[in-house]
Amino acid sequence: MERIPIIKLGSFLLVSIQVDMHDQLALQLQDDLTTRITETAAQGVLIDISALEMVDSFIGRMLGNIAAMARVLDAETVVVGMRPAVAITLVELGMSLEGVRTALDVEKGMALLAVAREGDRDNGYDRRSL
Amino acid sequence: MALTNSRFKELVQAQQRDILSDWVPLQLQAVGARPDLISEDDLRRESKTFLSAFSRALTDNDMDIRADAWAPVREQLQRLSASRAAQGFSPSETATFILSLKQPIFGRIAKDVKDPQALAEDAWTMTRVLDDLGLFTTETYTRSRNEMIARQQQEMLELSTPVVTLWKGVLALPLIGTLDSARTQVVMESLLQRIVETGSAIAILDITGVPTVDTLVAQHLLKTVAAARLMGADCIISGIRPQIAQTIVHLGVDLNSVTTKATLADAFAIALKRLNLTVTPLQSPNGGAAPQPSPQST
Repeated sequence: MERIPIIKLGSFLLVSIQVDMHDQLALQLQDDLTTRITETAAQGVLIDISALEMVDSFIGRMLGNIAAMARVLDAETVVVGMRPAVAITLVELGMSLEGVRTALDVEKGMALLAVAREGDRDNGYDRRSL
Repeated sequence: MALTNSRFKELVQAQQRDILSDWVPLQLQAVGARPDLISEDDLRRESKTFLSAFSRALTDNDMDIRADAWAPVREQLQRLSASRAAQGFSPSETATFILSLKQPIFGRIAKDVKDPQALAEDAWTMTRVLDDLGLFTTETYTRSRNEMIARQQQEMLELSTPVVTLWKGVLALPLIGTLDSARTQVVMESLLQRIVETGSAIAILDITGVPTVDTLVAQHLLKTVAAARLMGADCIISGIRPQIAQTIVHLGVDLNSVTTKATLADAFAIALKRLNLTVTPLQSPNGGAAPQPSPQST
């Protein structure tokens, strides 16, 4: 069965969606990703959807769900590289993914995660020191 | 005995010259007289072409102007109404071209036909034809006007959505004119496209030129902001005039999730701050920093 690869980059996980998402694949990704976050104690998740051309309400909700699950597991989620057509579709579907952070590309997303982690440390909290 | 169509034709054809010389001054007298828009010679030429086409069309027994025999007449009127619409004539001025033909023709029918019953019948037939033609002119006039409006709307749509780059990574979209659904769609698409092309993380929507903001416009703006956010760009709305701020609050539109600024300059300052950039005065030529104006000197 095809799977979406999850790459570990330092303390972040990178998920690059290069194929058209169908529902089964999305559910599989949810499973895999939550497992990997707990295994690696990742602090951030980057989901690159720059190759994704079509979304429906299910995929939209799945992105929101993944972000919520990651947050429960104490990892920030950043969705990067959304195409204009996809963004318009999601807005028209009434899903503005309030809880999800976004960035233009992987690089900026990475910077955003780093800043978020800095913020945690400034608050006197660093998971690695625990 | 009422006139048959062929007699109408004879009447019009035989006296074409006389009718023309009566008709043109009538047109010049009536509302249609616009020496600033059309010269007498042009008017005479148009009238003459029309009359000859008209008299030819009368041959057929059919007095229905939609019939094939009337095609040349319709064609000429179509051209005429379209050109008048473009020249800036009013609808009634355009229709007067046909309606003022009634008087010369009726005068001649009255001279020819003595029986009052027949006269009434003839007058009725002629009136119907000329009224139909008059309505046809108005219709064509309106249609060509509508085409003109649609074309201009399209042109305005294309003209009015420029996305400008204020700085590397900062886009601005100066919105001018009323925002409706169709325009917002174009605005949204061109903004999002430019965000991808330039990799800009900040977009400023300037609504100084938007005359009114109602709930629909606000919703359109919020949609654009939400779509840009999904792509990873922050939107700042600027150029909110005092009246618009009042309207937004009175309408209960929630703009809390969006950064709003009064002027484009303020929005740009915020954008620079987010990019960790500052604007500083140039150094003075002698090498030192530009002197700060002292309180005394101001």
